[in-house]
Amino acid sequence: MSEITNSTTQSSLNTAMTSRYEKWRLLKDAIMRRAITFGGLSVIFAIVVIFFYLLYVVYPLFLSASTQSVAQYAIPAENAGKTLFLNIEEQNEIAARFTNTGKVIFFEAKTGSVLAEKNILIPEGVNVVSVAQGTPVGDGALIYGLSNGQAVIVKQQYKVTFINNKRVITPTLKYPLGEAPLVIDESGAPLEKIAFKVGDGTATIVAKTASKIQITSLEKEQSLFADEGSLVRTDSSLDIPVANITDLLIDKEDRNLFLVHDDGQLSFIDISKKAAPEIKQHINMVQTGQKITSISFLTGDLSLMVGDSSGLVSQWSLVKDSFGRPALEKIRAFKVSDKAVARINTEQRRKGFMTIDVDGNMGIYHSTAERELIKQNIANVAPPIAILSPRANAMLIQNDDGQIHFWTVDNEHPEVSIKSMWQKVWYESYAKPAYIWQSSSASNDFEPKYSLTPLVFGTLKAAFYAMLIAVPLSLMGAIYTAYFMSPQMRIYAKPAIEIMGALPTVILGFLAGLWLAPFIEEHLAGLFALFIIVPLGVMIFAFSLQFLPETIRQQIPEGWDAALLIPVILLSGWFAFTVSIPFEEMVFHGTLRDWFKNELGIGYDQRNALVVGIAMGFAVIPTIFSITEDAIFSVPKHLTTGSLALGATPWQTMSRVVILTASPGIFSAVMIGFGRAVGETMIVLMATGNTPVMDMSVFQGLRTLAANIAVEMPESEVDSTHYRVLFLAALVLFMFTFVFNTLAEVVRQRLREKYSSL
Amino acid sequence: MIKSWFKSGSPWIWLNAAAVSTCLIMVVGVLGLIVARGVGHFWASPIVELSYQEDNGEIKTIIGEHVDSTVTPAAMAKATGFKLSDNEDVLVQYLIKTGNRDLTGTDFRWIQERHIKAQSQPLEMMVIERREWGNFYGTLTAIKENGVVIAAGEQAWSILDARLAHTLALHEKIAHIEKKEIGAINYALEKLRLKQRSLELKNAWNEQKAKEFADKKAVYDADYKNHQVELAQLYQDIRRDSLVATTESGAELAIPLSKIVDIYQPNKMGIFSKITHYFVKLGEFLSEDPREANTEGGIFPAIFGTVMMVMMMSVIVTPFGVIAAVYLREYAKQGFITRLIRIAVNNLAGVPSIVYGVFGLGFFVYILGGNIDALFFPEASPAPVFGTPGLLWASITLALLTLPVVIVSTEEGLARVPRAIREGSLALGATKIETLWRTVLPMASPAMMTGLILAVARAAGEVAPLMLVGVVKLAPTLPLDGNYPFLHLDRKFMHLGFHIYDVGFQSPNVEAARPLVYATALLLVLVIIGLNLAAIIIRNHLREKYRALEG
Repeated sequence: MSEITNSTTQSSLNTAMTSRYEKWRLLKDAIMRRAITFGGLSVIFAIVVIFFYLLYVVYPLFLSASTQSVAQYAIPAENAGKTLFLNIEEQNEIAARFTNTGKVIFFEAKTGSVLAEKNILIPEGVNVVSVAQGTPVGDGALIYGLSNGQAVIVKQQYKVTFINNKRVITPTLKYPLGEAPLVIDESGAPLEKIAFKVGDGTATIVAKTASKIQITSLEKEQSLFADEGSLVRTDSSLDIPVANITDLLIDKEDRNLFLVHDDGQLSFIDISKKAAPEIKQHINMVQTGQKITSISFLTGDLSLMVGDSSGLVSQWSLVKDSFGRPALEKIRAFKVSDKAVARINTEQRRKGFMTIDVDGNMGIYHSTAERELIKQNIANVAPPIAILSPRANAMLIQNDDGQIHFWTVDNEHPEVSIKSMWQKVWYESYAKPAYIWQSSSASNDFEPKYSLTPLVFGTLKAAFYAMLIAVPLSLMGAIYTAYFMSPQMRIYAKPAIEIMGALPTVILGFLAGLWLAPFIEEHLAGLFALFIIVPLGVMIFAFSLQFLPETIRQQIPEGWDAALLIPVILLSGWFAFTVSIPFEEMVFHGTLRDWFKNELGIGYDQRNALVVGIAMGFAVIPTIFSITEDAIFSVPKHLTTGSLALGATPWQTMSRVVILTASPGIFSAVMIGFGRAVGETMIVLMATGNTPVMDMSVFQGLRTLAANIAVEMPESEVDSTHYRVLFLAALVLFMFTFVFNTLAEVVRQRLREKYSSL
Repeated sequence: MIKSWFKSGSPWIWLNAAAVSTCLIMVVGVLGLIVARGVGHFWASPIVELSYQEDNGEIKTIIGEHVDSTVTPAAMAKATGFKLSDNEDVLVQYLIKTGNRDLTGTDFRWIQERHIKAQSQPLEMMVIERREWGNFYGTLTAIKENGVVIAAGEQAWSILDARLAHTLALHEKIAHIEKKEIGAINYALEKLRLKQRSLELKNAWNEQKAKEFADKKAVYDADYKNHQVELAQLYQDIRRDSLVATTESGAELAIPLSKIVDIYQPNKMGIFSKITHYFVKLGEFLSEDPREANTEGGIFPAIFGTVMMVMMMSVIVTPFGVIAAVYLREYAKQGFITRLIRIAVNNLAGVPSIVYGVFGLGFFVYILGGNIDALFFPEASPAPVFGTPGLLWASITLALLTLPVVIVSTEEGLARVPRAIREGSLALGATKIETLWRTVLPMASPAMMTGLILAVARAAGEVAPLMLVGVVKLAPTLPLDGNYPFLHLDRKFMHLGFHIYDVGFQSPNVEAARPLVYATALLLVLVIIGLNLAAIIIRNHLREKYRALEG
């Protein structure tokens, strides 16, 4: 081509202007060539971008946690006493240190500079012998058990105000039950161990003295006349040997009390009736020879994390036993160390926890996902006092070196692991492991459950039933249309079926949900009769056609059988529905639906897989039909004529020659159809109940990946775990259809080459 | 006999033929169903008055339109708890639209045919289409002005039309002021606020500017006050008239004319007035805003939103699709790369549409939109401008979705342009791009048109991705209006397909909304089938043309 242009430039019109014009033309040509090449390649680019973008959003789900030391400083107000307990508020700005002398020091978490120092009223000459956090931990309540049998409850509060658009947090201390210490033990024995729960006007305190376990419940009596209700107090004590009890725990409903014994036993006591506590269960929590070295509730107080002296942390949840009574059951365990687990700190908003062993090795785990997110050494010798911030994005550690360390923790998505998404997971308070998708919950107590298995199951189930309807109809239809139908009819029949594919799926879904579903519910027996009676009717009609006189048979134009069959099918269809009603009454004594339910125990949902199968089958038929028809139609004519010339019947030619030759095309048609059924959204969204159940029954609903995305995506918070899991669902769909489509396309390209060589 | 028949293979051929017939019956059946249900919505069906025996033996009057009926065999009816006598072998039930939701709490009720004691179609029965509470069925008793009866009985009808027309005109005026004029003022005020914020961010906000802005604001505020005064007067006027109607139970109900959209007496209408009525209602359906949580009224915003989105999408998808096709057919060496591109194109076509929605939401809306906001609209923060689903992102997402359609169709068109034409052009000294631009592309333009039409048809029916990237159930403003810059790409919009999903499945009163959904579905189907047929016709035409060229 360049030669041609060169020769024009050398012609007699070779003036300066024309040559500039020629250059401009060539330049334009070159520019456009680049631009168009770029445009063409950008199609590949687009598909790559979609893939990598989805991957980019999903990727952080599988990252480990990381920590970073931000600051370290000397213990603030060190002379105020030894640290009993550290805390940090939600914004990670202010921390608090509670000492054994009853002092509370609020300090800046990042610098250690003291902001305020408060005193808790502790009588002269009395020591703090025990301290415990209230439950839920996020309330910030703390109790001091004193050596004179008294106790003090304090509550930290962090008030957030905005001054000049800047956030200011002011720490304060509140005394929910009054500033004066409460007398717990009348005899004045020291409260060696203590646990409590304080609520709005109520409190339950369980304390261990040298001789007994005392349960004290306080309830504010609402009086109509007095402004200040007086406290009603109920005392009781447990009839249990107390010498070897090392720890006490109450849940946040103050219904269950757990006592830890030094031989690895745990007692589970029902204290919902405060005056009459009831011992429910004694259970061994550890292997023989081991001891319980730490124990803590997982957030929500539905399960206990128990650390033992062998470095094992096991999760025990209250599960209904075979008699329907709540009983502790071990649902999973983590080997966190070879040494005894010194502390377990649980996260306040997720089912995660942090463990520290006696050597100062810290690990962060997520219980449900069974993930170890990070493991590192944070202290050289003894286990430090360490706490996680409420959002679990920072921690505060007081080490033996007299320093406080402030670390940030980057742990965004611990809830998800390959195991929790694809395998059975034993969730808290469930009787056994299960596949569950339940992405949102009312409170932090119940964790979101991200098992993709029921969704993938639903997707495949819907696609399976759709293919069950679509494949026979479309393949058989395509065979007839391409090979037997008269060309005049084909001109109309093919576009008519292909136009089905253009129908918006929202309309098919709408019809399926609001018209087809109630219709099938009413005429279930008729539908089943249809599958038998219509093919039978067609056969009978075709067979009896032979007995018609020759003259009439000659009148029927060749290749118009399909048109001839339309009234036959309509008639036999009508017959199927009519005859099914008395038949149903006679055989099933009522409706088939009731019979299924009562006799076979198969439940019936109005919007079920059958409805989806028919509606989505309808949507998939044109895709499969069109590609198959093309593949069969373009089988070279000399193959078929050769076969016919050798004496094969048309059907033999069809089944032995044509279908075999076109089989790769048919295969790719089915693949593409399947890909379409898997990704279809609106039909399944509207025609199923969208319940993520795993039930192969054709009368049950389902939820597919695509419908799930459509339902939940608009409500999910950007960059949250839920958001990323939904992207993962999209990625799964993408990969799935990518594999099927690529396979189908490669097969088709091969086939095209084969045909051209034949 | 049978054996040899089976051996001949002909039963299998018949079964295959039956499959085609079944497919055809299904297509025609679905289209027929939509047409049958959708067309009837605007017909003024007669109002029947039934005296009906309730289960407790009491005789009651029921007024309403007959909507649906079912026939249940006796045994099944007995199983579901109906008490039938032995000589009845079927239970016939009718669904009656009784309206008057404000009085009875429901719009519809099922009644049993055997309990109907008498049935008539009194001429004086009227239907009132209301702005709230759905239809009213009953008779007109009187007209009131400021609470005083001014006409009753037959006379009432004679003045009703004029009064209603007057009230409707007032309503229109109020709507115009509230939506257009006050809307424009609010828009301007918001612009002003953003401008001020933007100046503050640039540290260019000073006394002089403050004064300037305050002056402008004062003008708008004054304007607003004037409109408020005008509105107060209009509201007073519109509340003047009301009518008193009698319900089926004989109770009287006062309905302010301002709450009425239309009144008609179907039983009095002749066939011609019914046909006129039909087209008037059809026109209202196409041109009015929806009422009552989309379950009544028109679907104009949905049509408008769909058209806007499809137009935007066409503008984006056409150049890209054509360029990609030109590359594939004219520039690329047929080999590995073209193979890869074809696989990519097929994958683009096969990726589920919801995945495009997810991609659009994450990539276009949050990443691109978020960055555009940060760069160009810092003053609007924290409210997003482009960092939220909207028309632009929906159009781009659908452009990506329909790209393969345009590519495949254009490529087919290019393939059909005879080689001789290209070679002729090149031989005359044209460069490649000139050949393409002047000869090949014009010849392939009908193919591009086909591709575009198919893309439009696909986009108009697609719902799943749009739910994520910009469609809402009720958009307060259209994406195109009289406020500068007129086309608001950042706005959310309504869409026919989503409208069907939303009204059919998410609305509180699905039963009442159903006819409207069928009508909407019919409209959408007609548009899409029409577009597809157009594409098929153009394509066939094109083939004929090239055949002539080649011959």
